[in-house]
Amino acid sequence: MVTPLACQHRAPARQIARLAKRLYSSAAEINSFEPVRGMDLGVAHSKLLLRSVASVQASSELQSLGVADSDTKKMNMCQAINDAMRHALSADNTSVVFGEDVAFGGVFRCSVGLADEFGRERIFNTPLTEQGIAGFAIGMAAMGHTAIAEIQFADYIFPAFDQIVNEAAKYRYRSGNQFNVGGLTIRTPCSAVGHGALYHSQSPEAFFAHVPGLKVIMPRSPIQAKGLLLAAIRDPNPTIFFEPKILYRSAVEQVPVDDYMLPLSKAEILKPGKDVTVVGYGSQIYALENAIQMIERDMPGVTCELIDLRTILPYDAETVINSVNKTGRLVVAHEAPRTQGFAAELAAEIQERCFLRLESPVQRVCGLFVPHPLVFERFYMPCAVRTYEAIKNSLSY
Amino acid sequence: MNLAALPRILPGLRGSRALRWTHTRLGQLQRTFDKALPQAHCPLTAAFSTSSCVPRKKVMFPGALDSEYTHELRFASNVESIPTYQVMDTDGKVLDAANDPQVTEEEARKIYKNMHVLNVMDQIMYEAQRQGRISFYMTNFGEEALIGSAAALDPKDQVFGQYREAGVLLQRGFTIQQFMDQCYSNEKDLGKGRQMPIHYGTKELHFQTISSPLATQIPQAAGAAYAMRREGKKLCAMCYFGEGAASEGDFHAGLNMAATIGCPVIFFCRNNGYSISTPSIEQYRGDGIASRGIGYGIDTIRVDGNDIWAIYAATKAARKIAVEQNKPILIEAMTYRISHHSTSDDSSAYRSKKE
Repeated sequence: MVTPLACQHRAPARQIARLAKRLYSSAAEINSFEPVRGMDLGVAHSKLLLRSVASVQASSELQSLGVADSDTKKMNMCQAINDAMRHALSADNTSVVFGEDVAFGGVFRCSVGLADEFGRERIFNTPLTEQGIAGFAIGMAAMGHTAIAEIQFADYIFPAFDQIVNEAAKYRYRSGNQFNVGGLTIRTPCSAVGHGALYHSQSPEAFFAHVPGLKVIMPRSPIQAKGLLLAAIRDPNPTIFFEPKILYRSAVEQVPVDDYMLPLSKAEILKPGKDVTVVGYGSQIYALENAIQMIERDMPGVTCELIDLRTILPYDAETVINSVNKTGRLVVAHEAPRTQGFAAELAAEIQERCFLRLESPVQRVCGLFVPHPLVFERFYMPCAVRTYEAIKNSLSY
Repeated sequence: MNLAALPRILPGLRGSRALRWTHTRLGQLQRTFDKALPQAHCPLTAAFSTSSCVPRKKVMFPGALDSEYTHELRFASNVESIPTYQVMDTDGKVLDAANDPQVTEEEARKIYKNMHVLNVMDQIMYEAQRQGRISFYMTNFGEEALIGSAAALDPKDQVFGQYREAGVLLQRGFTIQQFMDQCYSNEKDLGKGRQMPIHYGTKELHFQTISSPLATQIPQAAGAAYAMRREGKKLCAMCYFGEGAASEGDFHAGLNMAATIGCPVIFFCRNNGYSISTPSIEQYRGDGIASRGIGYGIDTIRVDGNDIWAIYAATKAARKIAVEQNKPILIEAMTYRISHHSTSDDSSAYRSKKE
């Protein structure tokens, strides 16, 4: 095409303009990571949540518990937890709920309406002292009562560490089974929320997974939270129930309104696969779901098996071992920092039990080993992309 | 309003009746003003210093319970020590007839016998440890009068101890054989041989198993007391600890929770002057542990820890208040640890034989 000399400088400009237009229209594609291209990420688009009554009815686990066909109600995770506590308080007259700010409904609204229904003698505020809350709860449980104590953020559970580790966990053992604090349940919001930084984002499950005598649980969804919390409250052992706070509002399901309990120490296979076992818990499950979607899109024919551990202590090693014996590869992911995180325990146990079956080293995708930062959280988190990399490494070892 | 300023403000008002009327009206206005506006925020009232003839204002913030404003910059500090309740003199004679314990001779004999049994058992078990028969032991020399507190309780009151409360167990009916079973970790030990000697615990006698971490039992006792309050059985929790353990965070947490939530628990501090080698002057600077109870809004009494009837009477009265009013009580018993801290301690390293 012949262009007049005067307009020669405009041709590249027009080309640039056309290029820019293309750039802007596909900015999301070009600016994002290659694997994420065109994908809907996160819990809002998750197919693992049972959002319809039909999906609840189709759940084999809920079928076996007899609640798959019962009435359901659309609830987010904090409403499901509220519902669980309501059932626990109704069924057991010795049960009480206490902690900082629980009486008005709680800073995350998990105890809304409980004080009005059950009275301020059973739903009450405590002074600002986690060690006091834990000790008080232990004392009530030692008398055979059911104490549901709330620690406002898992980041603040450390003042209570002595009471939990030295007292609650050892109460039954050291007394020769004369006394116990089985009625103790500690509930606490945990994990990253996007803007929590160092002290509103921690996932300290690994500290407690190291203590004989405790049970440690982390649910991934409203139906799971309700069933596991009721099981935790009624379990005759002191239990710590970690609630990923980002899921309080973002995870919504049709939750059975009945009183039901999900089994503790039983991992759930969320998606069967034959090439690699991917294990996680809590909010990380949704990053794993996305990573698996990307892998299966980019490597046709490859299928990944996704397992939600649900109970971190005592964990269901058998389900993971059976899966690894089938696939030969394992990837474990959690938000907590890498060194000495729970993935280290799982990796060590699996390599010991499945050594000759493993086709590649166990991959751990975890938070970076730094305090949880604010503006740099995107780099810290074991996101879907990092998990994608790890699964890819495992498959191509 | 400064009355001295009045003649300048209202000249000619020196007549006494007019002055009195003015003073009354000004006082009324002052009171209305003060009620309506906090003094600090009102430049008008701030300009006038309050004289002694107008009432002082109460602080109106939710956190201030009964405080009044003052214009004197003065740091409060402890001046008067809380007195120590005593019933007997050193010869055992009841000084004031009104304090007579009103126990039967049988009860008194039982207490006296248990004090002796405790003393002799401690001597034998200390030697047993030195002979290598058991690994560890703690004696109670000098603190035998603690038995008086156990005598004042209901047998079903839940006891949360620290480690120097074997006398309480004796008074409750723990047999010498049972003490031995635990110390020797034999097959009859109720604790199943899992803990070091002197970590006794018995469900039958409502004595929670002793644990080594100090002061952890304090908030637990508050929680247990709350459970008992909910059951409505008019029982209380009894929590023993030493003055050293009262420095732990759990002490402050436990007392504050018991006071705010309303738990029928007796906090009994055995202030025996030492935490292993640390004397009480290095443990606290305030007026002992008793002054802390006041700080938490808890009714408190200090007693002579070697006066068995003082301990008995104080515990009995404390129990009545705790159970009837569902609130905690703090008792600080002043005594002296004659023994070493334990068989792993030789106290001549930090105190003279003369002491």
